[in-house]
Amino acid sequence: MSSTGMERLLRQAREIQDGELSKFCARITKLLQQQDSGAEAVDALQRLLLILSATKYRRKLEQPCMNLLQTTLCSTTAPPQLQLLCAAILREMAPVEGLALTCEQAHNSHTLSLVASVLLAQGDRQNEVGSVGRHALQLLEARPPEGPGPRLLLPVLSKVVSLSPGILPEAQVDLLHRRLVGWLRYASTQQGSAQLPGSGFSAARTRQPGLVTEVDGSVATDFFTVLSTSQRFTEDQRLNVLVFSMLRTWLLLGLPAGLTAVEADDRSELEGSTQSVLSAASATASRLLPPQQQLRAGAFEYCQRILEQSGRRALRRADSDLQKACLVEAVLLLDLLCRQEPSFLYPTLPCLKALLGRLGGDPKQARTLLPVARFLLSHGEAAAVDSEAVCRHLFTSVPAELFPCPMLAFELVQFCRDSLHILGPGLGLLKPSFPNLLKLLAWHSPALTSEFVVLLPSLVDAGTAVELLHALLDLPCLTAALDLQLRLSPMTSEWPLWDISLRPTSCLEGFRDPHFQPLFQFLLRSKAAGSTLRLAPLYRLLQPLAGCARVFQCAQAVPTLLHAFFSAVPHVADAALMSQLALALLERSGSLFPVPQYEDRVHRVLSTQLLGLCRLRPALVVELARDLLGFAGSVSGIRSQEPMFTAVVWAAGEYLTVAHDRRCTVEQVTRFFEALEALLFEVTQSRRSASPPQCQPQVITVLMTTLTKLASRSQDLIPRVSLLLSKLRTLPVGPGDEDTDAVRTRATELTNLLKMPSVAQFVFSPGPEANSSRFHRDATTALPLALRTVSQLVDRETSLLPA
Amino acid sequence: MVHAFLIHTLRAPNDKDAGFCRVLYSCVFGAEKSPDDPRPNGAERDRLLRKEQILAVARQVESMCQLQQQASGRSSVDLQPPSSSDEPMSLHDAPHGAFRLAAGDPFQEPRTVVWLGMFSLGFALVLDAHENLLLAESTLRLLARLLSDHLRLLAPGTSLLLRADRIEAILTRFLPHGQLLFLNDQFVQGLEKELSTAWPL
Repeated sequence: MSSTGMERLLRQAREIQDGELSKFCARITKLLQQQDSGAEAVDALQRLLLILSATKYRRKLEQPCMNLLQTTLCSTTAPPQLQLLCAAILREMAPVEGLALTCEQAHNSHTLSLVASVLLAQGDRQNEVGSVGRHALQLLEARPPEGPGPRLLLPVLSKVVSLSPGILPEAQVDLLHRRLVGWLRYASTQQGSAQLPGSGFSAARTRQPGLVTEVDGSVATDFFTVLSTSQRFTEDQRLNVLVFSMLRTWLLLGLPAGLTAVEADDRSELEGSTQSVLSAASATASRLLPPQQQLRAGAFEYCQRILEQSGRRALRRADSDLQKACLVEAVLLLDLLCRQEPSFLYPTLPCLKALLGRLGGDPKQARTLLPVARFLLSHGEAAAVDSEAVCRHLFTSVPAELFPCPMLAFELVQFCRDSLHILGPGLGLLKPSFPNLLKLLAWHSPALTSEFVVLLPSLVDAGTAVELLHALLDLPCLTAALDLQLRLSPMTSEWPLWDISLRPTSCLEGFRDPHFQPLFQFLLRSKAAGSTLRLAPLYRLLQPLAGCARVFQCAQAVPTLLHAFFSAVPHVADAALMSQLALALLERSGSLFPVPQYEDRVHRVLSTQLLGLCRLRPALVVELARDLLGFAGSVSGIRSQEPMFTAVVWAAGEYLTVAHDRRCTVEQVTRFFEALEALLFEVTQSRRSASPPQCQPQVITVLMTTLTKLASRSQDLIPRVSLLLSKLRTLPVGPGDEDTDAVRTRATELTNLLKMPSVAQFVFSPGPEANSSRFHRDATTALPLALRTVSQLVDRETSLLPA
Repeated sequence: MVHAFLIHTLRAPNDKDAGFCRVLYSCVFGAEKSPDDPRPNGAERDRLLRKEQILAVARQVESMCQLQQQASGRSSVDLQPPSSSDEPMSLHDAPHGAFRLAAGDPFQEPRTVVWLGMFSLGFALVLDAHENLLLAESTLRLLARLLSDHLRLLAPGTSLLLRADRIEAILTRFLPHGQLLFLNDQFVQGLEKELSTAWPL
């Protein structure tokens, strides 16, 4: 069905009126009351489900209809199709107040499973979760007839414990544990036999199904697991698959709440003895172990079998994928088991080391290495050496080769983010690997930006901060370079991974050109270099790629990342580093990869951050006075980098005083004054000529205000600034020209303030104490008084000015 | 464990006037615990919240898929099925990915979403935060393939609206109550045979 067809159907469903819905409910009630309404009832229920799910607002169903839906669900004679639809409808409406449905009405596993799906969706307002759990356990314990009972109920229990950990009663859980071990370890190793209709006794004898096989086709060598294949599966084999699938959740959450404390005491006794190591590690050896420990021992054996089975060469691709997933699960389970019972650690480590050796440098196994690395990091001291080696592999070669894979990129970044607190010495390996991690971000920016915002502050290090800042600003450039790199390397997948809508031949030639080699090598480096290369020559070369979608997406993410970077700077930066960062900001604002809209956005961020740095350390302005002056001293800077220019000028006005840094000299103030005066003159001259305004009024006002501030500190400059201001007060104003009007108003205000030099000095250079709130709250201190006086005076003056 | 499974529309990256992203099917496996709320109509509000959570996920998946398609330079054409192909579509090349949802945005707990795009439909699994993503990814591919085969999504004129019973039947067998299963190839074949017997095409 086309999308318009679907849209129409959905709209019809949403717009159906209440009256029509009641009639429909009545019809459904009648259909359900008939015994064999068949397809008509199914069709009607499908429509009802669509009507209910098409809108997020509640639709009211008539009570008889609701009741009948619930009874049909629990009825033993209703066809399964109807039951499924009733359950789906009730679940769609959940949570429903006054639902009469309870677990008691479900008499067999199949019905309880359906009822559970409805009750668990009610949000546990009336302890439905606990009730479902208890009933499921009861049904499991009932004299077990042959049939799919446990297979239907175990997922219910798994969901119950994941919604409410520890809610199940202890005694019944213990009984269940023994059965779980049975299914886990003692499932039949014979293939299931087909039901051959009309076969005689002798025929059944001769058609003995063989043993189950491994994924590589050889006959099974040990107990049955999820990696054992067969033509047909028996019920206990199916349970084996199910129990393993829910095992981690169960071990983590299924234990009754009070038990863990008791466990801890037992554990400390077990820890020291080799006897306990042996008995803990073998479910078969000691049936006298308490059920929980039996289960853990069984789980441990299962994991070891999985580790062995995952080394076989699977015949089918789907099985090969399953092997990897099983391997990950086994390692996660081993990690959990070792945390719950430290005696498992001793036999686990050799297995994992062997596994590491096997997985080694195989790129296809990169995702399975992550849980292994995490295990080695969590169980630190015993495995210290190995964890460093695997971390090095994960941070250096894996991202460089495998960055295009979205799932690997996501999992690797998650690993970094979640392991920060346990990395220990690994953090020293992570931090310098930021260029590699940035490759993942550059390629998959939409999915990974939020992850990196959390991760980035931990990567900021005093030694590499400046390099990291440059790398962030060059992120879109990195994306372009990675695209070129992919085009030139041998294809590893069926589909091309680069942007197929572009053919950047000139860029590819440049990539191969030895002249640009050092720059590309630097850009695509794996580790922090300790210094920075200016990549400006690459910008022109990569220009054709600047508009491509991936580069554009990456460019959009950069401002957010810069904010995250600077949020960490105060914690690691000393005075020298802040100066370096400020200089880097000044320099880079004029040198950015020309992606559309990128420069504007980044300029805004850079100017904000520059002011942030100055606020953190006002002495910066005095230290970098020469560089700031050089930056601010040219008119071209105003046009192309207005936010930065405004920030620099404003910072000079605010912080170029003796109060913030004793090294500030009168000469410095005067030099700044003269340069800015010349600029203001030039800018306003061009404004006067009838051409459209060259720059925003904010620029003019900030120049004026800064000049006034500087003059208030060095009183000889006051006459000069007064002259300038008087010229600006008389700028010609066209009709509706709010900009020029604002300029004139500001000029007037400043002039009036300057008429009272001591007040002016106080207002413009209040000193750092002015930032304390007490200064503003206390009505008797000078500043509020001064402000009140000044505003009164200004009002009086303006009323006296000629119109 | 899986918290929810959803199927939604997936519009082409540059198609601005194709309406809204619609959730065509969603199944939530067990609701998050409702806060103690003395105000009336709490149940209604909970349902509204749940629907909006699902829609938020659908919209984010759609946006991720569109961005990924744009970044690879693929136009909408690639989202359509090949017109005269009998080969099973290799889902390993379909657009796919994962992203994390922080706590409170929109679910109470932090969650991970694994998604897949196929035939202008998006499929997504909302998982607990630290789930086995290899298993989740292969389960999602399996579900997409099963739904495509058993609902005949390739054939013109069919849709998955008004086919919820079949979708539920597939989910009951392959993702019971949101439990991800480790199913080898032959196991899947066995389950599929059962499905075809109980729900003939």
